[in-house]
Amino acid sequence: MSDFWRRFRRNRGAVVGLVILALVIAVAAFASVLFPGSPWDMATAPFVPPGEEGMLLGSDSLGRDVAAGIAHGARISLMVGAVSTVAALFIGVSLGAVAGYLGGVADDAVMRFTEFFQTIPSFVFAILLVAIFTPTIGSVVFAIAVVSWPPVARVVRAEFLSLRSREFVQAAEVLGKSRIAIVVTDILPNALSPIVVLSSLMVASAILLESALSFLGLGDPNLMTWGFLIGSGRSVIRLAWWMSVFPGLAIFLTVLALNLVGEGLSDALNPRLARQRGGAA
Amino acid sequence: MDPSRLPGFLLRRGVKAAVVILAIVVCNFLLIHAAPGDPASVIAGQSGAADERFLAQLRQQFGLDQPLHVQLWIYLKGVLTLDLGFSHRQQMPVWTLIRERLPATLLLTGAAFAFAVAAGVTLGTLAARRVGTWADSIITVIALTFYATPLFWVGLMLVLFFSVWLEWLPSFGMATVGVELHGIDAVLDVAKHLLLPALTLGLFYLAVYARLTRATMLEVADQDFVKTARAKGVPEGQVVRRHILRNALLPVITFAGIQAGQLIGGSILVETVFAWPGIGRLAFDALLARDYAVLLGVFFCTSVMVVGFNLVTDLLYAVVDPRVEVEG
Repeated sequence: MSDFWRRFRRNRGAVVGLVILALVIAVAAFASVLFPGSPWDMATAPFVPPGEEGMLLGSDSLGRDVAAGIAHGARISLMVGAVSTVAALFIGVSLGAVAGYLGGVADDAVMRFTEFFQTIPSFVFAILLVAIFTPTIGSVVFAIAVVSWPPVARVVRAEFLSLRSREFVQAAEVLGKSRIAIVVTDILPNALSPIVVLSSLMVASAILLESALSFLGLGDPNLMTWGFLIGSGRSVIRLAWWMSVFPGLAIFLTVLALNLVGEGLSDALNPRLARQRGGAA
Repeated sequence: MDPSRLPGFLLRRGVKAAVVILAIVVCNFLLIHAAPGDPASVIAGQSGAADERFLAQLRQQFGLDQPLHVQLWIYLKGVLTLDLGFSHRQQMPVWTLIRERLPATLLLTGAAFAFAVAAGVTLGTLAARRVGTWADSIITVIALTFYATPLFWVGLMLVLFFSVWLEWLPSFGMATVGVELHGIDAVLDVAKHLLLPALTLGLFYLAVYARLTRATMLEVADQDFVKTARAKGVPEGQVVRRHILRNALLPVITFAGIQAGQLIGGSILVETVFAWPGIGRLAFDALLARDYAVLLGVFFCTSVMVVGFNLVTDLLYAVVDPRVEVEG
């Protein structure tokens, strides 16, 4: 563990990413302390520029505090990112494990299915799913999970393919362990590191996807989100630039932080690869 | 690849593409039935607001009182003859609506793609040539930045900067409204409107291609044939262009195929921001009106476009790299 931390720390960008991420999580956790009351409530006059009348980041067309919206939106963004990633991991790991461990016809079928999902324009599909199942937080998470599992399935399949013929797996088979037990207790723990690296990148892209959906008006109508804030600032951008600039910066910083952490995790979990990369860079 | 095997390869890929398109149609069909409420009102495109006679006619036409597999067959036959349904809201067949908007989207995505590949490969090559220097770091940082920025927000910021503050470029539409332009002036006018949307859509992919080119160039540069070329005394510029870059481009082609679907998805956002009159904007308007027939049609058409584009990149790959034994 200390080894892991030492290698992670060596990547300076990853440390910066971790600090930003911690800040975002803190803002989300303390949103109701920092900005009590609903972010939908009017706080001051409309279109107050940033820094005036106690509005740190200005107010929107209905006099709502933009900073409060961003803080409360952080909760939704992080939550959607995390939950939809867990759901996508569940689909991807199950399918990838089946394909990689069983091989043969099952492998073929799963890979065709995966290819299909990788071919279709995923964002258009996500829009269609949310629109048809009416925009709620549940349908947004569902749509994001449905379009983001294919890379997981591919990675897990490749890991399982190479692990299933190893001696420790054969030993477990000889011992008469059930297939499910072998997959869950013997193979999966050894395939974890690429899954961990991938999942931090998936949270990042899930946050981007969620913001794009709510920008188009497909967010849960009862929840304040970053994408919604930018969407509502779009038509008045000539009048109030701050309404679209700051929520966008929040998305950018969060996604950047997650990407940097992902690179750090990759360095820490695959020391050999990191050294190679370090040598080349 | 051996030229004599090209027809077989084309046939296999064609069959595969046909299966994917068929699966998309089935997917659309299932979505219509999975949606809450009456499938007829989904097809009609407005939940509840369509008049009873129209709904009854739709039920009749799509055989909604018949078993599911019969309905699927009727739906399939319709889509395959390009009957994508009727937009009750716009009083026009969906296919006509999409066909009208298609050229604008192709222009936008084509321009963005060309820009992303050209600039991305150039920047990636530069970064790989100067590994470890500040130029490399800057290019890496730029790539990371655009990788983490929401596409629609980049568009808004460009509008803010170039249209609102500097007043250099128009912020919406495809041509100046109310002015009759001809010949070169009309082309220039469209180009001026195209600049910001294409830049927005292209910047993200530029980042992707720059990172990819940098990584594969570094990989290829380590290989023996590059050392051999250097040992033979081939000038450095030629080694980079003819030995390293040419080989490093193969993954870029593959990736372009994979990214095609995302490019189309991104164009929905960009067209929404810039009011670009393409199918993305059509999809957004359909979204606001809950016009499901149009949305399903857009999903079908964009999927077909992606499948077609993948077919082209597969073929290109096989032609460019004679070693590739493309398996079925």
